[in-house]
Amino acid sequence: MYKILKYSFFDLFRSRWSFVYFFFYLLLGLVLLFLNNDLSNAIITLMNVVIVLVPLIGTIFGIMYFYNSREFTELLLAQPIARRHIFLGQYLGVAISLALSLVLGLGIPFIIYGLFESSAIWDFFSLLVVGAFLTFIFTALSFGIALKFENKIKGFGMAIVMWLFLAIIYDGLFLLLLMYFQEYPLEDFALVASVLNPIDLSRTLILLKLDISALLGYTGAVFKEFFGTTKGSLISFIVLLAWVFIPVWGMLRLAGKKDF
Amino acid sequence: MKALLLIFLIFIGFNFYGGEITVCKSCEISSVKDAVEMAEMGDTIRVKSGLYKENNISIKDKSLVLIGEDFPVIDAQMQGYAIIVSAQAFRIEGFKIINIGRSHTSDFAAILISNSANFEIKNNRFDKIFFGILIERSKNGRIIGNKFSGNAKSQAHSGNAIHLWKTSEMHIEDNQVEGVRDGIYLEFSDNAEIKNNVCKNNLRYGLHFMFSDGNIYSGNLFENNGAGVAVMYSKNIKMYRNTFKNNWGSASYGLLLKEITDSELIQNTFEENTVGISADNTSRINYIENNFKSNGYAVKIRGGCYRNVFKRNNFLYNSFDLTYHGHSNENSFNGNFWSNYSGYDLDKDSFGDIPYRPVSLFSYLVNKTPESIVMLRSLFIDLIEFSEKVSPIFTPADVLDSQPFIKKIQW
Repeated sequence: MYKILKYSFFDLFRSRWSFVYFFFYLLLGLVLLFLNNDLSNAIITLMNVVIVLVPLIGTIFGIMYFYNSREFTELLLAQPIARRHIFLGQYLGVAISLALSLVLGLGIPFIIYGLFESSAIWDFFSLLVVGAFLTFIFTALSFGIALKFENKIKGFGMAIVMWLFLAIIYDGLFLLLLMYFQEYPLEDFALVASVLNPIDLSRTLILLKLDISALLGYTGAVFKEFFGTTKGSLISFIVLLAWVFIPVWGMLRLAGKKDF
Repeated sequence: MKALLLIFLIFIGFNFYGGEITVCKSCEISSVKDAVEMAEMGDTIRVKSGLYKENNISIKDKSLVLIGEDFPVIDAQMQGYAIIVSAQAFRIEGFKIINIGRSHTSDFAAILISNSANFEIKNNRFDKIFFGILIERSKNGRIIGNKFSGNAKSQAHSGNAIHLWKTSEMHIEDNQVEGVRDGIYLEFSDNAEIKNNVCKNNLRYGLHFMFSDGNIYSGNLFENNGAGVAVMYSKNIKMYRNTFKNNWGSASYGLLLKEITDSELIQNTFEENTVGISADNTSRINYIENNFKSNGYAVKIRGGCYRNVFKRNNFLYNSFDLTYHGHSNENSFNGNFWSNYSGYDLDKDSFGDIPYRPVSLFSYLVNKTPESIVMLRSLFIDLIEFSEKVSPIFTPADVLDSQPFIKKIQW
């Protein structure tokens, strides 16, 4: 498995995609900090980007990589290697390389601009953790989709729909429900609904750490009470982990059953 | 007013012809209380520096001038009031009054003034106070250049620095207040002028009006209080050139207006408050040439607001410029600058050619269902806000600025 992981990782390295991704984040971080020089403001802007782009890039990248290396995968399947090792190795190779590009690409400019002296370090740290989690989650989901659909067009379409659903449509439905049931106390519902979607959960986790959380008023207070406790942070951590493990497990099951 | 001033001047003049008593630790008279008892109408009492452990020093019906030299300390030892005055034409200057005890039944203050007129409290220091200066049923007093600091922890166990109850014609200038419940509190107090004070880090409000009409406050700084200023159940209040800053927290305001009519807000600055102005049941108020910068909500208009005019204000980089309940109710928002305005000015008359809608779709949604605030900065919200901007459907059609400025307004 490690061999395959290593192979996938260096394959991406050689094809320079990791670098493109890395330089994109590096540039983004540098420009943002150059423009407003205020770490906590930059974190808010960056959060907007991370929450939209990281899942999208994870999805597209995962599915592209899987379809592209299909022939090689088939070759590997002919060898006496366990299937789980092949797919897990490939998945980890892609996800780790993407996560590394993100962490290094954003981390370097922030360190240059004096992150360690700033009180924003924990906010930034949680941003990176959340970004890494999102990468792992969406790469796993896209691998699963790619395994499910032979047809590349169908697979791509499904992956985009999946991203659209979690990033946008989910919030739309969420908002509709909130509006529809506005006569009822909705704090608990809002809490559950935003914990269940990894993108919403990430956004909430970061927002609550920033000054801007004062805007959230009463609902924000309920949220803060939940996420502020060890129980709350444990639950959100477990949910994020589950969002990684369940798609990975599903992907491996699919791979085990699939007739290549 | 002029007649009162004349009387005041005459009294001051009269004081100069009185005798003088010196109080110091090694003098013949070593306590302020004794000096006050001995003194006759119009005398001056000079207190040299030192520690005077005294409380309930009572000045009754005597026009005295008390002057502290190098801030003599009056330590009330957490018991009762420090100085109690009920007199015409007196002056207290240059003292440091400390350790006023808390009580649930009495409003113990450093200086209690009741049924008095024509007085001046000047350049005193107040430390560890419950109430600072408590004035009841009095008129025409001047409170100038005092410094207050308390260590208020909870609202129920703390008092106000300057507390006015049933007063008129008070002049409060250049005071500094920190760490009490309300910095300056007025109840049933009319025609006060409150100028150039600094109220910081107070538990509740920097300045608080209840049932007090015809007051002016200008040039004050309200920073990091529970809420900057609360003006409630009053009319004819003039608010000029004040700064409301960093009143940040989930229940904080820069300025809270409740049941206010016929008032004016001119050239004030609201910066980094959770809510810049929250207006509830306010009518006929002119908001002119104010700056709203980097607030969470710049202005929250709640129910029952009629005929308010917003003109020549700058709304700069607020998360929400305006939230609004109900119909337009003849409130006008014409002729302001909005940093979120993205229109153009083809005819070069310095007004944008398309109207600006200050109520964004999201702020409308949040107003209807407060819980939807959890969608703050979600991509979905950005998308629908954009489409709402292109063709407005939900946001109130009649709340708009038909003459938005293209450039920031200089005033």
